[in-house]
Amino acid sequence: MKRSHKNTIRKDPPARPVKQDVRQTKMAGGDFVDKLNAYRDLHAHALFSSLGRLVASPFTSIMTIAVLAIAISLASGFYILVVNLQQLTGSLETSNQISLFLRDDVSDAHANKLADTIRQNASVQDVKIITRDQALAEFKTYSGFGAAINALETNPLPIVLQVLPKNTLEDKQGLETLLDTFKQSPEVDFAQMDLQWVERLQSIMAVARLFATLLNVMLGVAVLFIIGNTIRLELHYRRDEVVIAKLVGATNAFIQRPFLYTGFWIGFISGVSAWFIVTSLMLILRQPVEKLSGLYEGGFHLLFLNFTETLGLIVISSVLGIAGSWVVLICQLHQIKAE
Amino acid sequence: MIKFVNVSKRYPETGDVLRNVSFHLRRGEIAFLTGHSGAGKSTLLRLIAAMERCSRGQIVLDGEDLAHTKENQLPYIRRKMGFIYQDYKLLSDRTVFDNVALPLVIAGYGHHEISRRVRAALDKVSLTGKEKKYPLALSGGEQQRVGIARAVVNKPPIIIADEPTGNLDPDLSAEIMFLFGQFQQVGVTVLIASHDISLITQLNHRVLKLDHGQMVSS
Repeated sequence: MKRSHKNTIRKDPPARPVKQDVRQTKMAGGDFVDKLNAYRDLHAHALFSSLGRLVASPFTSIMTIAVLAIAISLASGFYILVVNLQQLTGSLETSNQISLFLRDDVSDAHANKLADTIRQNASVQDVKIITRDQALAEFKTYSGFGAAINALETNPLPIVLQVLPKNTLEDKQGLETLLDTFKQSPEVDFAQMDLQWVERLQSIMAVARLFATLLNVMLGVAVLFIIGNTIRLELHYRRDEVVIAKLVGATNAFIQRPFLYTGFWIGFISGVSAWFIVTSLMLILRQPVEKLSGLYEGGFHLLFLNFTETLGLIVISSVLGIAGSWVVLICQLHQIKAE
Repeated sequence: MIKFVNVSKRYPETGDVLRNVSFHLRRGEIAFLTGHSGAGKSTLLRLIAAMERCSRGQIVLDGEDLAHTKENQLPYIRRKMGFIYQDYKLLSDRTVFDNVALPLVIAGYGHHEISRRVRAALDKVSLTGKEKKYPLALSGGEQQRVGIARAVVNKPPIIIADEPTGNLDPDLSAEIMFLFGQFQQVGVTVLIASHDISLITQLNHRVLKLDHGQMVSS
């Protein structure tokens, strides 16, 4: 670049976006730098002009983004639901406890003796006894049926022995054997291993996880199609521009660029909106959930989307936006030709 | 510069639109392309613009055989040509400056160079001072000159004009033709599709005449 041009430009700045004028002061000169800056400006221009276009037609943009944000928040809502359920089952996972429900005619003293006997068993770590009164008190506190229970003449609850075996969860055979031993003792009405519940819960969780994954894939595909369709309409609307750009020698990359940025913005804004939707819903749910958790003595706290997950949500939405646009551009661009 | 050797173009719906068309326009040559409507003028221009490929024959533009050019190289060939249209094909939501600057932006020119060249091109077509106007605020003749400025801003060796004077009165037409003459003088090859007989006879240029898809005189 020759220095002399600078003066003429300064006097009469061209009608380009303000961004590019700012650059003039920074220009070191030189053809390579000039071209490099030109390339960067093309991207910056595409980035901001595509956002400008979305803002210029707010109604259409908001409708599209709302649909996408709801789809994405459904997906991330299911995800966070599964994460929370996992947290719940996770705390149960270590429980290899066996509960022995004793027969009604067993007295507290007898139960204590039985507990002592069980403690002698080599494969038992500890035994905890829950008497009828304790069980009733607990039930009254947490069930909310206090008044109704007071009306009962006799205590319907059995004595429970909570046996903590030495066997780990992995040693299912050992646990089963232990369970069978307890089942045979005459005082025991009903013996139950919590492990079975954990296993059931875990398979329910596996189903829930798979369901959430499938649903998320479907919602992802839906997002892809919605963005693709939006870009298709945009391409149709700006057909003349595309034709003219082609005629004056634009490469497909040049023509695609603003549309890809539009896709990026739609995905990005939808992702951010979805985060707000999910977080708001969870804020609404937090109090009731924690109250519920308190009722179960649970150390359960509602998990929100953490930083990595939030970042992932926004990145995935943006990538879906770019991918949706790209697919449409690949399919449609070569069909647009000059008359 | 523009060389057609036995070029045919066939469409599945309409059959042969061009049949064995051959001609050769050299560097700095100016020629009219004429013929009744439906004779194949538009098709021929589309083939030159590399918007479509010919069914048979060979098209060579500035030494490049279009048949052997990959799809992704076609934009670079188009940059060697400036196109001017009857309906101007300007972007109505962009200023005159931006319209004229488009080929340079696409070619990746820097800001200074764009500014300088756009000004030079607008000066050439006597539109200095109208950079910030929008095309629809200009008269037909002015819009056509914006189109011409855009076509020449990249200094292409070839200019293709499709009915450039179709919407203009005789005075403006003469003015535009004078501009084309000037480009020719600096070595640009100019091909003008037109059926403005008075204009063609008035100017003693070479005439390529198409009739039902065949070149009847060149």
